[in-house]
Amino acid sequence: MRHLLTTQTLPRDAAIAILDTAEDMAAVSGREVKKLPTLRGRTVVNLFVEDSTRTRISFEVAAKRLSADVINFSAKGSSLSKGESLKDTARTLHAMGADGVVIRHPASGAPHTLAHAGWIDAGVVNAGDGAHEHPTQALLDAFTIRRRLHGEASRGQGLDGVTVTIVGDVLHSRVARSNLWLLRTLGAEVRFVAPATLLPYGTASWPVTVGVDLDAAIADGPDVLMMLRIQHERMHAAYFPSEREYARQWGLTDARLARLPARTMVMHPGPMNRGLEISAAAADSPQSTVLDQVANGVSVRMSVLYHLLATGEAS
Amino acid sequence: MTQTGTGDRVVRVVDATLPSGDRTDLWLAGGRFVAPAGHADETVDASGLIALPGLVDLHTHLREPGFEQSETVLTGTRAAAAGGFTAVFAMANTLPVQDTAGVVEQVQSLGERSGYATVRPIGAVTVGLAGERLAEIGAMATSRAEVRVFSDDGYCVHDPLLMRRALEYVKTFGGVIAQHAQDPRLTEDAQMHEGEVSARLGLAGWPAVAEESIIARDVLLAEHVGARLHICHVSTAGSVDVIRWAKARGIAVTAEATPHHLLLTHELAETYDARYKVNPPLRRAEDVEALRAGLVDGTIDIIATDHAPHPTEHKECAWAEAANGMVGLESALSVVQAAMVDTGLLGWQDVARVMSAAPARIGGLRGYGRAFGIGEPAQLTLVDPSVKRDFATSDLRGRSVNSPYLGRELPGRVEHVWHAGVRTVAGGGLVETLGSVD
Repeated sequence: MRHLLTTQTLPRDAAIAILDTAEDMAAVSGREVKKLPTLRGRTVVNLFVEDSTRTRISFEVAAKRLSADVINFSAKGSSLSKGESLKDTARTLHAMGADGVVIRHPASGAPHTLAHAGWIDAGVVNAGDGAHEHPTQALLDAFTIRRRLHGEASRGQGLDGVTVTIVGDVLHSRVARSNLWLLRTLGAEVRFVAPATLLPYGTASWPVTVGVDLDAAIADGPDVLMMLRIQHERMHAAYFPSEREYARQWGLTDARLARLPARTMVMHPGPMNRGLEISAAAADSPQSTVLDQVANGVSVRMSVLYHLLATGEAS
Repeated sequence: MTQTGTGDRVVRVVDATLPSGDRTDLWLAGGRFVAPAGHADETVDASGLIALPGLVDLHTHLREPGFEQSETVLTGTRAAAAGGFTAVFAMANTLPVQDTAGVVEQVQSLGERSGYATVRPIGAVTVGLAGERLAEIGAMATSRAEVRVFSDDGYCVHDPLLMRRALEYVKTFGGVIAQHAQDPRLTEDAQMHEGEVSARLGLAGWPAVAEESIIARDVLLAEHVGARLHICHVSTAGSVDVIRWAKARGIAVTAEATPHHLLLTHELAETYDARYKVNPPLRRAEDVEALRAGLVDGTIDIIATDHAPHPTEHKECAWAEAANGMVGLESALSVVQAAMVDTGLLGWQDVARVMSAAPARIGGLRGYGRAFGIGEPAQLTLVDPSVKRDFATSDLRGRSVNSPYLGRELPGRVEHVWHAGVRTVAGGGLVETLGSVD
């Protein structure tokens, strides 16, 4: 695998291989010396044209645990904020000998362009591009689900027959898109629940059930309920009338939490708006996987960097 | 300028195939078609070549004044000639905007100096294309540029009252409003056609209804005030339906389709190659089919290129950051041949109509009413339809290379062009120095 740009074209065996390697990486993170020499002498650039402290730190920790040299290149206070083009940034990184570039960009497709325009020959990891994809988030979510379901026996497993309901702003969510493709590849059933204003137009051909009724979805007792973050700016663009109405209709309230089966995992990619899309009790309940997701994010990103930069296998 | 064309020299074009299929010799002298003269100073072998009246583009962006890094009147008309065009209508979104008599006269003069094609400036509908108050339409109409087509292209005249007033006002001068139909609120931040592909790529969608609703409103306004309306770059099946309905009702509406909307579809955005980013966006295969059907049944009157040059740096970037638009003059005839002629939908007579006579009529351009007629200006394009070629940057003769067809095989090649008797293309190549033009 040369780049990780999307989960849509990621084959099942490659996805499972990444998850299995992440199990090994998780074991490393549990040791006293949390470090492998795998990427010693290799340079990984975190190119964050859009700010995201959480994701950047997760990738930074992952790369450092693999002994890579890490360079953080963020929009604020850099040439990027002075209008430098992606092309010039890419050529600069190429000239400096970057082996891998982890890119977060507000524009859909920027990682694709970086990987394919011939400006740089580094491996490219998409760390979130616009409302397009966020593949490592989907991988860490799948990893988290698989671990909760299978524990020590996770290796080699897919998510066949697992039911996942994703709730909230699907329209603007790269997490929802990457999760849909990956979860389907791994055999899961996916349902989107959102107000119609926050569902993308034109998804009739997608392998997903789409609905607007969260209570009906909860009554069906899904294995996983994934709540998406509501961005505050949506409130001013007529996607829904008010925060209160959104929370009442599509928030995971205490009452809805009580109706969920005990086996249902409650997931959230973070950062959470407590009291809006998820109640404090739901976020902190034993069913919540929120902190697991953060911890697993490092293991999964170590695995992705390993598969891209250490093995050099073709895909 | 002394555009003496062939001067007293007599040119005999031998054995050309007219759009009707008839084969004939054409004689040119003094810048006009003349009766067979017996003696010719020059003969051009046209066997196997289709003779078309010089092509007319009602929708070209020449970028001068203001954006000379993208195109100039000279480079743009050279691109036009290379594509078989002898006249282009230059859109108003220059800097300064073509919203005063002074600017349209400047563009007119630059065109006359270029010699490669007639340049007819389009006037802005509103001051600075801002959509707030009418530009000096009368001054532009009565200027030396004699503007007859008015458009805020790039922007929609979205205020319904202002649109009504514009439609009414241009009646005074026998003008027409060419509307860029795009509801601005429904297309905020829009990046591509709203559909399955935009949903998958997470790019903000440009819904078909944003075009169709404006067209529906404007045909009703045109009917109400009894004015002429022209719709730029129709791109959706629903728009074709609305225009078909309006024409059946007797409303004085005309419409254009671009070559790219007749061939390319929105799936190309999956490459994130910004050469495919254009406004209105590439749409579904069903829309392409509907546009083709609209051209066949006359709902769509003409082909217009929307030739929109941009420098490389505005295309070599992330999709959302890239400029809208593609160059189209050099490739237009080949794309129309691929989409309409080679598919059996249109014959060459139809091509002559939708790419020359009809756009000239809509734009009030004289000299295109009687193709090849004795005494008419010698606007003549000879095309070899049997050639297949991989379209390449060497086929582009303007200043910009943002063509979506680079690397794609296209049929047909423009071999010879005379603009008012002046040879602008010879043997498939642009004539570098137009000898008989000052």
